[in-house]
Amino acid sequence: MSWFIVHFAQIVFYFLAACTVAGAIGVVGFRSPVNAALSLLGTFMAVAGLFVLMHAEFLAAVQILVYAGGVMVLFLFVIMLVRVRTIPEEPQYLRSLAPAALGVGGLLAVLVGAGLWAAAQAPLANPAALRQVQGLTLGNTEAVGWSLYRDYLLPFEIVSIVLLVAMIGAIVMGRKEPGKEGGA
Amino acid sequence: MITTTHYLMLSLVLFTLGVVGMVVRRNFITVLMCVELILNAANINFIAFSRQLGDLTGQVFAVFVITIAAAEAAIGLGIIIALVRLKQTVNLDQVNVMEG
Repeated sequence: MSWFIVHFAQIVFYFLAACTVAGAIGVVGFRSPVNAALSLLGTFMAVAGLFVLMHAEFLAAVQILVYAGGVMVLFLFVIMLVRVRTIPEEPQYLRSLAPAALGVGGLLAVLVGAGLWAAAQAPLANPAALRQVQGLTLGNTEAVGWSLYRDYLLPFEIVSIVLLVAMIGAIVMGRKEPGKEGGA
Repeated sequence: MITTTHYLMLSLVLFTLGVVGMVVRRNFITVLMCVELILNAANINFIAFSRQLGDLTGQVFAVFVITIAAAEAAIGLGIIIALVRLKQTVNLDQVNVMEG
């Protein structure tokens, strides 16, 4: 029992990591887009749990709200709207897997090297630093808000413009052209 | 003790699965989902390093990444709707409008 308590963080990490990877494999492997979307939902949930484990509580909430709540509903609605089942599935997979595997493998090697090098550069910091605002220990949400609205105000505004442009673009593309009959 | 390396390895697996899916799958909707996987892997990296360095910048950038991901999903799905209206397919092999 004490072993369980001592290793609780590890157990949670490995459980969430397994859920993340299993969901990702489901996204790549399932033929039906609905199944793939539900696997993706599992991945999003598990990643939110990992965020909590990394002392990013605010981001875990945002992950659930934006991904599981917004993006996932969008995906499911589009899958429903386009009636993918009536669309012929073949050919499903790319024929030449060897170049793809080679490219991904090379990329992977570079990334592993860079990540391990970077991870070895600094010791693990005190997690309380992620909850502090000007020396005061408040909470992760307050700290992220402080940083977002004070240090990164201009990027924040630019990102809001990006969202506006994306919204207008999506509306324009999704709209039926005037004077044209028929649709999806 | 869960180190940053653990998180990097996990994000690496997630990223690789995303890239493999993006290259291998022919369904536009699934390809978009794979892009989401890749962005999630990037977020795990951002937050893992934020945790290691005790610096909130990583978390702020993860907020930006999530925003961009939402915008990308909206645009991508808008493209899918327009594509289905135009070609009645979401299979990327059959979409060669630009090639003529």
